[in-house]
Amino acid sequence: MTSTAKTANQGRIEARFEALAAEGRAGLVTFVTAGDPDAATSLALLEGLPKAGADLIELGMPFSDPMADGPAIQASSLRALKSGANLRKTIEMVARFRKKDRETPVILMGYYNPIYIYGVGRFLKDALQAGVDGLIVVDLPPEEDGELCLPAKEAGLPFIRLAAPTTDAKRLPKVLENASGFLYYISIAGITGTKTAPGEAVTKAVAHLRRHTKLPIAVGFGIRTPELAEEIAAHADAVVVGSALVQKIEEGLSAGKSPTDLVAAALRFVESLAGGVRRATRHSTAGISRKGVA
Amino acid sequence: MPLILEVEAAYEAAKQDPDFARELAYYLKHYAGRPSPLYFAEGLTRHFKGAKIYFKRDELNHTGAHKINNCVGQALLARRMGKTRIIAETGAGQHGVATATVCALFGLDCCIYMGEVDIKRQSPNVFRMKLLGAEVVPVTSGSATLKDAMNEALRDWVSNVEDTYYLIGTAAGPHPYPEMVRDFQSVIGGEARKQIMEAEGRLPDSLVACIGGGSNAIGLFHPFLDDRDVRLIGVEAAGKGVATGEHAASLSAGRPGVLHGNRTYLLQDEDGQIQNAHSISAGLDYPGIGPEHAWLHETGRVEYVAITDEEALAAFQLCTRKEGIIPALEPAHALAQVAKMAPELPADHLLVMNLCGRGDKDIFTVAEALGAEL
Repeated sequence: MTSTAKTANQGRIEARFEALAAEGRAGLVTFVTAGDPDAATSLALLEGLPKAGADLIELGMPFSDPMADGPAIQASSLRALKSGANLRKTIEMVARFRKKDRETPVILMGYYNPIYIYGVGRFLKDALQAGVDGLIVVDLPPEEDGELCLPAKEAGLPFIRLAAPTTDAKRLPKVLENASGFLYYISIAGITGTKTAPGEAVTKAVAHLRRHTKLPIAVGFGIRTPELAEEIAAHADAVVVGSALVQKIEEGLSAGKSPTDLVAAALRFVESLAGGVRRATRHSTAGISRKGVA
Repeated sequence: MPLILEVEAAYEAAKQDPDFARELAYYLKHYAGRPSPLYFAEGLTRHFKGAKIYFKRDELNHTGAHKINNCVGQALLARRMGKTRIIAETGAGQHGVATATVCALFGLDCCIYMGEVDIKRQSPNVFRMKLLGAEVVPVTSGSATLKDAMNEALRDWVSNVEDTYYLIGTAAGPHPYPEMVRDFQSVIGGEARKQIMEAEGRLPDSLVACIGGGSNAIGLFHPFLDDRDVRLIGVEAAGKGVATGEHAASLSAGRPGVLHGNRTYLLQDEDGQIQNAHSISAGLDYPGIGPEHAWLHETGRVEYVAITDEEALAAFQLCTRKEGIIPALEPAHALAQVAKMAPELPADHLLVMNLCGRGDKDIFTVAEALGAEL
């Protein structure tokens, strides 16, 4: 990796979490799939997210077999693939977004096989050049860090780890070992967008994780409403919403909405989520300065 | 991930435990009906006028296929782990039936994921599973076949890990499954080895088995891997022909990738998206192959060939007529390969083919392919 590529992207996630800490609020992380329902609509949606209140963006890399995802994101992935999406176009989409937005972190999220076929070295180089800030690859556990996590770290691209209610005390150090960027806490044992997270359990889990890591903690899976976003935002550093947002696209499509209306409706939903996150009363263990992040 | 580590730890412990071995041996003998015979296929041997052909009769096992070997083993493991609910994926329905069977035996709740497309073409097995008390969940996502059923089972597992055990049916998926399924299926090769020594006083010259994920083949081959003189041949499904793109021949026409927690050969496009497999046999209709087969392919220890739907159908009918055995469409692929090899081989060439399943489940598919009305 060239050192220029490194410095260009370094720290966008870190800077965003520092700014959020300074504001004394949690961030909103939104997930959309690249190319859903088509390239142009997807780009318009992506470009509208920051203004609607998304503090960080997870951009899904479509995959034919998204086994960690529920029906909403599965359908989203298939729609994108049908419209001709692929990994190269996803990266190009980030590059186009970056021309207009230099600050909002973009994290690519998906499965390993398309990256493996693209070639890890080429992928990291292209992703960094496009302005990608981090990776979440759900089917690569810490046992396989040599595949992508370590090369990504080496290249200066944070690899965001997932922890779940099933991540026990024995497992957690392994999960945190090479984690960077932030820690993504999956609030339910399961797949995206199905069950709803019980607030109390999430609070306890976040407090527990804070004792083991200085990384900011984002909480996701099963957060569907502004009210729930508000509740989680009281304790977490960021709240992730994916399935519920992606469902707005599906609803728009089945209602026969124009791309413009569809994007507008999705962004209104993001605004309402951002409102929820910003209304949250911060709990004492949250909102501490995130300086010295690993 | 912790759930897979839990399975691995439990399996390692079970392997060391003589009680587990005793229990497994008991159920394989008295419930599954092992050992299965090694049968000299005299009709086909006469017909081909070449190699001396033996069938390892795993279609005579309880539930009609080799799948029961693995299901008994894993169900016993699940019971040791204190799990009360079993989930499984199934393609042809053989693994689903075998799983539902052992769940009925051991009093475990059972939920089978099956692609909607497969449900339509394997309706007798769907009914069998329901009779056995299993819930059969149609999978409509993706291509609605075996790989999608596996995705859905994995989704279920991560959502219900407390009480649920995922009983994978083939020698693929995340570690320790490929190894564990191979171990449970190696009873096939172990018996065959002993039986051919009794019948012929020497090891066979070649072994032939069909491959979807590859569990019956690895079960037959594994005890012979170190016998360098024994030729090993794995038969993939070429569907309508490898050149047509409509096939399930991962080794012959796929390339390495990562799916379902293992790195192996996969049918995929240039973007790494998994492609649909095609085969007349639902049990071979998987776009991947067990990682050990990928390795045996790369080292050259096993030769992998591909047989079309049409060739398998011809072999299916030939076996029925010449041996009075209706084979499943899966081993009919192996037999089609035997039909190619046997006439060219000398009479003292000993060939063992794994007849891993019986064909009752396939008569509707075959009738349709032959244009017969039932």
